[in-house]
Amino acid sequence: MSTKRFRPDVDAPEYKGGYSPYDIIKEGTIAIGVIFLLTLLLAILFGSPDEHAITIKTWSNAAPIDFATTATSELNGTSTTGGYGAPYNNASDGPALGPIHVAHLIGVRIPINTVKDFVIDPLKSLPNQPVLDQNLAMWASASTSTRSTWIANYTKASANMKFTDGHVVVNATDAGPVPVMVDSLTQMARSGALDQALVTGSGFYTTDFTKPLLFVSDGTYLADLATKQHLSGDQWGMMNETGSYPGQAWLWLYSFWYQIPPFNTSGNADILILGIMLLLSVGLLLLPFIPGLRSIPRRTRVYRIIWREHYQNLK
Amino acid sequence: MSTTEIDRQWTTRLRRRAAGKLPPEKLLPDTQPTYVASWIYVFGVATLSSLIVVIATGCVLALRGPYWWHGSPYGHFVNSLHLWSVELFFFAMVVHLWGKFFMAAWRGGRSLTWMTGVVTFLASIGAGFTGYVAQTNFDSQWISTQAKDGINSGGVGAYFNPLDLGQMLMWHIVLLPIAAVVLTGLHVLLVRIKGVVPPFDESAEAAQ
Ligand code: HEM
Repeated sequence: MSTKRFRPDVDAPEYKGGYSPYDIIKEGTIAIGVIFLLTLLLAILFGSPDEHAITIKTWSNAAPIDFATTATSELNGTSTTGGYGAPYNNASDGPALGPIHVAHLIGVRIPINTVKDFVIDPLKSLPNQPVLDQNLAMWASASTSTRSTWIANYTKASANMKFTDGHVVVNATDAGPVPVMVDSLTQMARSGALDQALVTGSGFYTTDFTKPLLFVSDGTYLADLATKQHLSGDQWGMMNETGSYPGQAWLWLYSFWYQIPPFNTSGNADILILGIMLLLSVGLLLLPFIPGLRSIPRRTRVYRIIWREHYQNLK
Repeated sequence: MSTTEIDRQWTTRLRRRAAGKLPPEKLLPDTQPTYVASWIYVFGVATLSSLIVVIATGCVLALRGPYWWHGSPYGHFVNSLHLWSVELFFFAMVVHLWGKFFMAAWRGGRSLTWMTGVVTFLASIGAGFTGYVAQTNFDSQWISTQAKDGINSGGVGAYFNPLDLGQMLMWHIVLLPIAAVVLTGLHVLLVRIKGVVPPFDESAEAAQ
C-alpha cells in the first residue's frame, strides 16, 4: 500500500481477481443486430406521428375572428410578440434572474416590429388594390399619435368583431384605415398569400420561419390544437409529441419545474428554470469532485446488486 | 538521418505515446475481469449500438431531403425507425448513466470518462431537440414556439433560434451528430485506456 491515504470514492482498489474470455467484437456485432431488430419491431408496431403543419391559411379559414383579433393585437402591441422584448424588440425587459435581464442585456438580435413586419409590409406587397393602397397611404402620412388613436378606437370596437360574407366587420368610429387594413390582411391570410409574404421576407431563398411562427403562436388557434393533443405547458408541454408517443421523455426534469410553485405562476419561470437546469447539469458534470454527493453510491450500496456475483464469489 | 532525429519527430512521439497508452490488446481485449459479468454492462454497448442505428437511419432520411418523409410511405417508415432508435438510445443511455453512478465508475482516474459521458448526454439532448423542431410538421411548430421562451430567457435565442428551420436542421444533421460521435469516440477510448472500474473493496473499508 502506498503512503497516500486511500479515498474510497475517488480511488479504485487494485483488482487481484480472475479474468474471463470476452469477445468484444462479437458482442458488439450482436448488440447492433439486436438493437436494429428491436427498432424494426417498434417501428412496425407503433410507427411515428406526423400531424401536418398548420398554415396561416388554414388558421384564418378555420378561425377568422381569432386571426383578425390576433392581427389587431399585432397593431396595438398587445400580442405576445408585440410585448416580448429581446431578442425581438424593446417592448419589455423580459424575464429576470434577480436584478439581471439576461436577454435584454444581449439586446435585439432578431428585430421584429409587429406593425410593420406582420401587417403593413405584407399588405404593401398585394398588387392592384386601389382601396387598400389609399388606406395605406393614409396610414403612411399619419402621425404616430393619430395612428395610436385609430388603433385604440378600433381595438375598443373590436370586442364586437363579426365575420360576415367573408369580411371582418367592426363598427369603429374614427379608426382611419385600420378596418380596411385588418380586413385586407384577413383576406390575404385566407388566400394563402400571407404565409408566403412572411417567409419570403428575407429574399428568394429562405429557411427562416421566425415571422410566420411568431405570428401563428400569437393566436389561440395553435394553442387550442395543442391542448387537444395534450401538449400545453401545464400538461408537461413540449416534451410530448402528438399521439401517444414517448416524445422527449428525457426532458421530464426540465418540464417538471413548470408544473410546481413558484414557477407555475412566476413571470420569470423561464429564466429561473433555465438557471436551475444549468446548475444541475454542471453538478452532474462535476459529480466525481463533489464530496458528499460522490459518496452516495458507496453509502446506498446499490453496487452490491450490480456486482452480486463478484461479492458472492469473494465469500 | 540519425536515430535521434527520428526519435524527435512529432509523428514518432505521437505513435509511441498512443501505443504506450493504448496497446492493441487494451484497445481490443480478449478477456475482461470476472466482475464485468453483470447485466448493467449491456447498456453501454446498447447505447453505442443505438447510436449507430440512429445515424444510419438518419442518413437514409437525409438522402431525399427534409420533406420527403411526409409524402412517402417508405420515407415515413424510415422516420419511424429513426424515432424508435432514438428512444432506445436515450433509454439505454439513461440506464447506463445511473448504472455508472451507482458503481461510482469515476473512481481510479476515470473522472474524464464520466465527464465526456455527461457532455455526450447534453449534446444528445440538443440533437433530440433540434430533430423535433426540424421535422417540419405540427410538432415542430408547437415545440419550437414553446421552447423559444426558455431559450430566449437566457439570451441564447439571439444566436440559436429554434424558429429558424435552416439553422436547426444544420445543427441536427451536422454539428450535433459530429459532437456526439467525437465525444462518444473519446469516451469509449478512455474506457479502453483505463479498463473497467473494479468493485468497491469492502474488506479494505472495514479495516480502515
Ligand atoms: C452516447 C452516449 C454514451 C455511449 C455510447 C456510452 C458508451 C459506453 C461504453 C460502451 C462503455 C464501456 C462499457 C460499460 O462500462 O458499460 C462506457 C463506460 C462508461 N460510461 Fe458511457 N456512454 C455514453 C454516455 C455516458 C453517460 C451519459 C455517462 C454518465 C454521465 C457515462 C459514463 C460512463 C462511465 C463512467 C464509464 C466507465 C465505466 C467503467 O469503468 O466501469 N457514459 N460508456
